[in-house]
Amino acid sequence: MISPDSDPFPRIQPVGFDGLLVSFADTMAEPSNRAALAFRNALDLAQWHGVIETSASLASAYVRFDPDQLPHKEIRSRVSELLGQQNWFDAPMPSGRKYWRVPTVYGGDFAPQLNEAAAAAGLTPDEVVRRLSDSRVRVLTIGFAPGQPYLGPLGPEFNIPRLQELTPMVPEGALVLAISQFVLFSGPTPTGWRHVGQTAFRCFRPETPNSFALTPGDEMQFYSVTEEDLENIRANDSDGSGGATYQEIGS
Amino acid sequence: MSLSVLRIGPACTVQDQGRTGYLDQGLSRSGAADILALHEGAALLGQAPALAALEMASMGGEFEATERTRIALTGAPMQASVDGNPVIWNASHELEAGQRLTIGAAIQGTYGYLHIGGGIDGDMFLGSRSAHLTAKIGRTVQVGDRLSARAGSGAVGLKLQPDDRFSGGVLRVVASFQTPLFDQDTLDRFANTRFQRGARANRMGIQLESTGEGFAAKGQLNILSEVITPGDIQMTGTGNPFILLPECQTTGGYPRIATVLPSDQPRASQTPAGGQLRFQFVTMDEAVALHAAFQGDLSRLPTQVEPLIRDPHDIPDLLSYQLVGGMISATD
Repeated sequence: MISPDSDPFPRIQPVGFDGLLVSFADTMAEPSNRAALAFRNALDLAQWHGVIETSASLASAYVRFDPDQLPHKEIRSRVSELLGQQNWFDAPMPSGRKYWRVPTVYGGDFAPQLNEAAAAAGLTPDEVVRRLSDSRVRVLTIGFAPGQPYLGPLGPEFNIPRLQELTPMVPEGALVLAISQFVLFSGPTPTGWRHVGQTAFRCFRPETPNSFALTPGDEMQFYSVTEEDLENIRANDSDGSGGATYQEIGS
Repeated sequence: MSLSVLRIGPACTVQDQGRTGYLDQGLSRSGAADILALHEGAALLGQAPALAALEMASMGGEFEATERTRIALTGAPMQASVDGNPVIWNASHELEAGQRLTIGAAIQGTYGYLHIGGGIDGDMFLGSRSAHLTAKIGRTVQVGDRLSARAGSGAVGLKLQPDDRFSGGVLRVVASFQTPLFDQDTLDRFANTRFQRGARANRMGIQLESTGEGFAAKGQLNILSEVITPGDIQMTGTGNPFILLPECQTTGGYPRIATVLPSDQPRASQTPAGGQLRFQFVTMDEAVALHAAFQGDLSRLPTQVEPLIRDPHDIPDLLSYQLVGGMISATD
């Protein structure tokens, strides 16, 4: 049942007793993330009786099922057939995605590791702010903490390693950077990623009807504002959006 | 029906079967660490296993009934008494208004459960009343809280003989997608090792210790973060296993060597510090059969409850009963 890890991609493998994983790569790249998101969407659309839930991670789609209702052999053959229906690496992205623009303070007291990140990227701090502020990134996956997105890919100049030592605590709304990705923290957390920006955007809002702000596949841009701008936004923020606006992305 | 909390252990939370469908939002299921105990409590009170109960990690508390209240006690056996008189674990009882239920430390195992007739009416969030402390959903139960339940009629004075799952033993596991990252020698050694549950344990996972070298995977540090499910046995950087429980993260980069079957996850959760555990690989066909048997056992629990009073051993203060003194006529 278990493929040797030399099998070609895409690869179907069991996850514990009641899951299957469809992997499109063993490294993070835009096409494999696109494939994972599109295939997960196709799994949802198929609405097979016996499927309990699905999710997508950086380069794979996961489906959990009830083996009583949908035996392992049966779901494996259905997944395999669905996989063969198209080239998922150039599949269109799912519809209903949003493009978010989020006011962000780069550097200074609010985000003290920007200069370090600039040095690691071999750029001036101003140039880093310009490039990051202009980058439109995708929610590659959500995980680690509720509602917390991994965002990318950023340019290859930002393929900088994680820190050896953890920063003891960065606040909710922190935008951190490593390995050509951002993470936007949904709560205060220790991290080995560099704290380059600070937003007032809350990814997880358990007190509101829509507890999760983002969906995998959404796109985000973190445009530069001043510390004073962000303070004003915070003072008037009633819903946790932190001054962010969004528009639907046409499919 | 309701209990007010007079004293409480440090890690007591309201739990039901957890919330499903938020994996893609980074939120794991949560829910009772010992799902079997929820089914046992439901059988003892004649109610649905979906209802919420109080999960008590290693230490219970003191509770006062504010009105007549039916309760059941399941999971890790703990010292329990009502107004100072010991009461039977794995049984349902009725408390009169003003009576005090005292639940002490676990005698065996880790997670004890206090069920209230009608189910504890905690805050519902995304379809579940389960606290998920690592996700900052809900909180531990505190002194002064009231555990209330919708009124409802049902049985009391019933007992069950539970499966002993409170002192370690064998956990059946299936291979998972990262199992092939471990070579066959490492897998064999893993299956032949006697582990001890370590000191680090909570609802996210439990740490295992063993003598000898760790269990490392090929390319351990360069693995792309992938989906995690409860029951996964994760190898940390030092090659020490953690069994992941209901509040585990949803993705992670440490490789998983195998996954504990759902039927054996209660045993994993309940194993106390120092308890011995071994792993036995089964094929997926065997796992399917074991799982079907487990589901069958759960569904038969309501037919396996027995009246408490039949066995003199069930009467804790037997010596204080006047067994013959009040008898007037042997033929009455």
